[in-house]
Amino acid sequence: MLYIYIYIYIYNIVRCGGSKVNLRPPIISTDSRFLLCASGDLVKVYSTRTEEWLHSLQGHTNQVTGIALNPANHLQVYSCSVDGTVKLWDFIDGILIKVQLVLTHFLTLFGLCVSACPECFQLVAVHLPKSAEQEVEAKEMSVVSSHISSNPSCTAFGRGGEYIAFARHLQLNVYFFRKQKTCSFSLKATDKKGAKNAFTCIACHPTDDCIATGHEDGKIRLWRNFIHKKEYTYSTQHWHHNAVNTLCFTPEGTHLLSGGIESVLVQWQYGAGNRKEFLPRLGGSILHISVSSDGQLFCTSHSDNKITVIESSFKVCGVIQGLVKDGVLTDLMIDPRSKALVLNGKPGHLQFYSLLRDKHLYNLDIVQQEYIYEAGLDQFEVVKAAFDIKGSWLATVEERGQKSSDLEFFLKLWAFDERTQSFVLNTTITAAHTDRIISMCFSSSKETTMLVTIAEDGQFKAWCQGADADTQQDQNFWSCDFVGSYHNLKPTNCSFSADSSLLAVSFQEVITIWSPETWEMLTTLCQPPGVIRDLCFGRLSCSKYLLGTTTRNLLCCWNLLTCALEWSSSVEVSKLQPDPLSENVAAFSYQSKHTDVFVFKPSEPRPLFTNKNVCSEKVHRAVFVPREEPLNNCDESSQWLNRSQLYFLTQNMDLLTFSTATEEDRILSSSKQLVIDDSVAVTPFYLLLGKHGQQQQKLNTQSHPALLHTPAHVLPAASVLCSMFVNSLLISNTGVQEEMDSEKEEEDSEEEMEACDSQQELRVQGSVDEVTLKLSKAQERELKRVRKTDFSWMAGLIDSKP
Amino acid sequence: MMSTDLRSAMGEFKVHRVRFFDYMPSGIRALAFNQDTERMAVARMDGSVEVFHCSDRFFQEKIIPGREQFGIEGLSWVGERLFSAGLNGGITEYDLTNQKVKYTIDAYGGPIWTIAGNQQGTHLAVGCEDGTVKLFEVNEDNIQFERNLDRQKSRIVSLSWHPSGSKIAAGMMDMIQVFNVETGHSMHRMLADRGVGTSRSKECVVWSVVYLSDGTIITGDSVGMVKLWDDQTGTLIKSHNVTKCDVLALSVSQNEDSLVAGTSEGIVVQFQFVSMVLGKDDKEWVRTRTFRNHTHDIRAVAEITTAVVSGGMDAQLVVRPLLDKIEERSAASALRKIHFPHRRLVACARKSGLMLFQYPGHLELWRLGESEGKGIPGSSLFVKRNPEKLLHLKVKGEDHIRCSAVSPCGEWIVYSTASTLRLYRLHCDNNNISITKISKLPKVLSSANQLCFSSDSSHLFSASAQSSVHLVSISQSGCKFVGTLKPKSGSHQAIHLLAASEDGKWVASANSDHEVHIYNLQTRKAHCTVPIYSSAVTAMGIHPATNCLFMMHADQQMFEYSIEQKQYTDWSRTVQRKGLHRLWVERDTPCLNVMFNPQNPSHVILHDMYMLCIIDQSLPLPDDKTQFYNQLTLKSLTEEQRKSHSHAFKVCKTFKDILCVELMPDQSLVVVERPLEDIATQLPAPIKQKKFAT
Repeated sequence: MLYIYIYIYIYNIVRCGGSKVNLRPPIISTDSRFLLCASGDLVKVYSTRTEEWLHSLQGHTNQVTGIALNPANHLQVYSCSVDGTVKLWDFIDGILIKVQLVLTHFLTLFGLCVSACPECFQLVAVHLPKSAEQEVEAKEMSVVSSHISSNPSCTAFGRGGEYIAFARHLQLNVYFFRKQKTCSFSLKATDKKGAKNAFTCIACHPTDDCIATGHEDGKIRLWRNFIHKKEYTYSTQHWHHNAVNTLCFTPEGTHLLSGGIESVLVQWQYGAGNRKEFLPRLGGSILHISVSSDGQLFCTSHSDNKITVIESSFKVCGVIQGLVKDGVLTDLMIDPRSKALVLNGKPGHLQFYSLLRDKHLYNLDIVQQEYIYEAGLDQFEVVKAAFDIKGSWLATVEERGQKSSDLEFFLKLWAFDERTQSFVLNTTITAAHTDRIISMCFSSSKETTMLVTIAEDGQFKAWCQGADADTQQDQNFWSCDFVGSYHNLKPTNCSFSADSSLLAVSFQEVITIWSPETWEMLTTLCQPPGVIRDLCFGRLSCSKYLLGTTTRNLLCCWNLLTCALEWSSSVEVSKLQPDPLSENVAAFSYQSKHTDVFVFKPSEPRPLFTNKNVCSEKVHRAVFVPREEPLNNCDESSQWLNRSQLYFLTQNMDLLTFSTATEEDRILSSSKQLVIDDSVAVTPFYLLLGKHGQQQQKLNTQSHPALLHTPAHVLPAASVLCSMFVNSLLISNTGVQEEMDSEKEEEDSEEEMEACDSQQELRVQGSVDEVTLKLSKAQERELKRVRKTDFSWMAGLIDSKP
Repeated sequence: MMSTDLRSAMGEFKVHRVRFFDYMPSGIRALAFNQDTERMAVARMDGSVEVFHCSDRFFQEKIIPGREQFGIEGLSWVGERLFSAGLNGGITEYDLTNQKVKYTIDAYGGPIWTIAGNQQGTHLAVGCEDGTVKLFEVNEDNIQFERNLDRQKSRIVSLSWHPSGSKIAAGMMDMIQVFNVETGHSMHRMLADRGVGTSRSKECVVWSVVYLSDGTIITGDSVGMVKLWDDQTGTLIKSHNVTKCDVLALSVSQNEDSLVAGTSEGIVVQFQFVSMVLGKDDKEWVRTRTFRNHTHDIRAVAEITTAVVSGGMDAQLVVRPLLDKIEERSAASALRKIHFPHRRLVACARKSGLMLFQYPGHLELWRLGESEGKGIPGSSLFVKRNPEKLLHLKVKGEDHIRCSAVSPCGEWIVYSTASTLRLYRLHCDNNNISITKISKLPKVLSSANQLCFSSDSSHLFSASAQSSVHLVSISQSGCKFVGTLKPKSGSHQAIHLLAASEDGKWVASANSDHEVHIYNLQTRKAHCTVPIYSSAVTAMGIHPATNCLFMMHADQQMFEYSIEQKQYTDWSRTVQRKGLHRLWVERDTPCLNVMFNPQNPSHVILHDMYMLCIIDQSLPLPDDKTQFYNQLTLKSLTEEQRKSHSHAFKVCKTFKDILCVELMPDQSLVVVERPLEDIATQLPAPIKQKKFAT
């Protein structure tokens, strides 16, 4: 029996990486260099030029729901959160300046705040008291309106903050602060032509008294003269064929930007009727648009957790991609090569996401068909994917028509191409089975790769590479090797043992064990009642065990040597996930509306670790992610986290993980290291240069940062500076003496360089601080090459000057 | 034709559903609005001019029929006088009292494209093909040529006076000229840009121009632009690209804060003069609303106090209310589309089953078909004998028909144009049809505004000038003038409705000053005058049994007046006291005929364009809480429950686009329909537009 102990525990369940970056409109700093966006509990700061994640503003304890630049200081940003605080940050250094406690749940932040009570959404003006203390309680609040839309894009400030416009359903309200008066205008729900007039978003013109509103049927109305109850007027523009999600005026008010489900950014010329420009095919539907204060950069948030940075000339110049978690159909997987998390990404794609760096790596186009952004279309979607153990093969299944009867699906096999460092389509199998594929797995042996698929047609098929003798081609395609079935029962799951000597395929209540070499059925295991749901073999020392879960809340463990049930336990397990690097198996159990996690070894009935009430939703997807370097945690209950980390995805599409205390410390310290001098754009070149700079600052006070900062016209002549500047870039690993002879080094041989390296190493050992500054041999060589470059042309330039 | 059984809770009728009247309304060419009298003058392509009363539910008060080859290009009010000008080169003044052309004088400048009167009412300006703007002085009873302004090289397409009357802006090909009226010299010459690409070679026609009091000149051109110019400097202030096609018409509101532009795509675009920053005075013209009510070119727009009126090739007059200008929303402020004239174009010889259709240039006489047996309610019956066209009578001369009538016995046909009146006798033996023109007509029958036969076909009533009615007896031997019925007092407006009683004792006439006079035919004297109501009479009839005059008005009110007692009947007083149902009052087309069912004296049958209604005077009137259209509800109830639920108004909406309904002596109804879809198919093809998802 499996005993369950309840401990209240020790680990934090952490919402990890890949939080939404598209919840609220991002903001661009006044100098257009930084892009800030609310993402989970953090405010993330990105560089607009390199799309690199610079750092994050950490401190809120719940979802950040709004960010706004401090109008008094453009280097500061306010953020508000559901935790009821408003925080003021210096976003360049990532320093928390001030905390204001307001005891409401903020929905979003304007100059005013919107607070959210559970039932009704109110628009509240909060007076932020001026005080030197870091933590202040803001008590002065006045309700502007108690009936506003829950969608923050339905509220906007007007010209110079003189009024605020907010819309709800079919009513537009304008509140004038000076007169303390509200004007409201309402539209009819529909008209004869079938217009749907509900408001979806609002934007106010920065200099004119003009309010732009977006509507459910794709119309944009420009309201004017709204000070009058009767003589107000509006004009209508119609391009979007579906609801307008967002509207935004450029800072000068010359253009209006709009976006919707079509994922086309539309730029309307203000005051010129229907003259407009389009930027199509941006990806997911556009949720928010924001514009930098100089109007040079636009940025759009998309439903696929993406922020696109667009130049005002309508050229996409950057994409910040978060983890796409909507509509995940595949399991969570780890790419054995890149250790990236793999799951559904863009429609028809698999995304590779580095959990360590919390960065999207790339998308792999599986379906290879144009995706049409329109509601109600049945399009191909990747539903299954599996990697082999080395990461050299990827199998995918794409499907269309699950709802209708005419199901179409393809099984595709992708080979990893070392040259291009990506997966290349090897084989497409159009009719792998007669009915949809339920599950598939690769054999785990290192010698031969085999794929087993099970399908609803009652068969399981083994696929091998190059088994087909008919094709006289060099390339090895995949073909079917074996078709198996068991009493015409419908298979439910399949699994290979760790050494690939056994294949377990479950058919309803029965588990059949096969030998992949001979395709002989070895034995059957059965523990009725209940259909087998999950299957997994034990690993390492527990490889004699086979674990299975049934729909009737049973977790069974069979001993394969005795072919007998070792133990069973009555737990409702929704997901069984073995750790590939240890004997541990994690089981997610869903009972009385919350999910518990147990980690156990099949050999021991006592769980290593139990955590009750991890989350309130069912967990169907989980994965163990191998750590780059194992932790040395001696705490018995956290040892299972030493080699790999457990990530799981709830039904609400939250990606959660367990983190240990030491880990958190490490993250905290690393985040401090990451603060980068912002004076230079963060480019790979800068990083290289920056390291050298640090190094050289230690050796001799360098002048080159000053050189880079000073305007060219106040600098001394280039002839004076050139040698100094070039020298400053060189690695003075052997001191001043060697630099003097640098010209002689032109005939230096490889051996001498080797000697230099060793010398450097010696020196490096002396200084602990500079461990990280060690250059690789390749870099060293590159720099040598630079030093040898002939700079005589520069002299010629200098001479030519009068 | 189809025959249908129509059974309502109120009665059972065999219906002749007539669809062979190919009436084609003529396209609207020009509009002119008179602010003081609230009248809208409409000029159509066939040269006819109509006057609508804007505050009386847009009732078509006056119709002046056109002539062949008489195209009107422009209309202008000068005070209460109406002038038009056309491509035949003449300027015409209309006699609105007698609803006819007063005189036409030639401007001697070739075809006239536009006419404009100044606000002072002293001068008329016309723009001619030869490039001249001619000024005419408006005198007491005529107009007189004064002088030409500087002659230009190309034709003058549009004109607009500055409200002060000292300057005129003229739109031409590729340019706009501003003239000083004093000197007659051109002050500015502003060039309108041609289109880009292929349309570069086509010249830009400035179709319409509007001169505002602040010196802004607004033009609409064939490139699709609405441009604003400054008359001080002669420079372009702003241009709005409204359409890819032409902007054909412009109109500015009285207080110059709103401008509407009609385009050849059939859309009307509104511009408003609004302040860009609230509470400040720097205003700009901003494009605001778009109205799409037309399918074809909009040739004329007019912004009146509370609405935008537009008309074009699709022959409908659309009145789009501006809700921001309306104090209270009511039936008078609903969107209104006027398709058919508010006059009867069909006359019916009840006793012989003949129909007379009045077209502008000819008359058609048809014999109704016959059907077999009885069917279930709502079903179509088999047509035993097809309807038959008996006669096609072309009008002599160029004038169009003003009115026509057929006698109840079917023996006499009469029609009148502006200049002549002709009476024909129809001979019908077996299948041989022949007509003879009655030659010696009394002199009084030179022209008529309205014609009507007595119920026994022995007399003809002819409404003529001075609101008088001439009475002529007709017989086999010839026709003889009997006498003239003259009102005791009152206005001299033309009569537009006549109604004779069944017993031949009474005749009633209604004129456009809303006066209804009743004459005793035995004494040939005026009997009495019905108290004048504020709204025009749209239809009236004398009850055969009680001799009560039943009148329908443009505001949908109804009155019943007892001729013998010279007072309103009790029922009429009850109606006025209790008021009519909201849904009844909100209908937007006037009732065009009043009939009585001899089988059931308490029934009054009415119809408008959209419905047929039977009023049962014996049943209680509905109040605002009762369900007005209750035919379906009644059907589902039992006989006893029906009684408690039924009310006086029985509305049948089975038929649409009704031109005429007539009750025949054999208890069958003739319903003449003219489906709007049929009219639409006969219109020229509209400008092709790309539609989303097609």
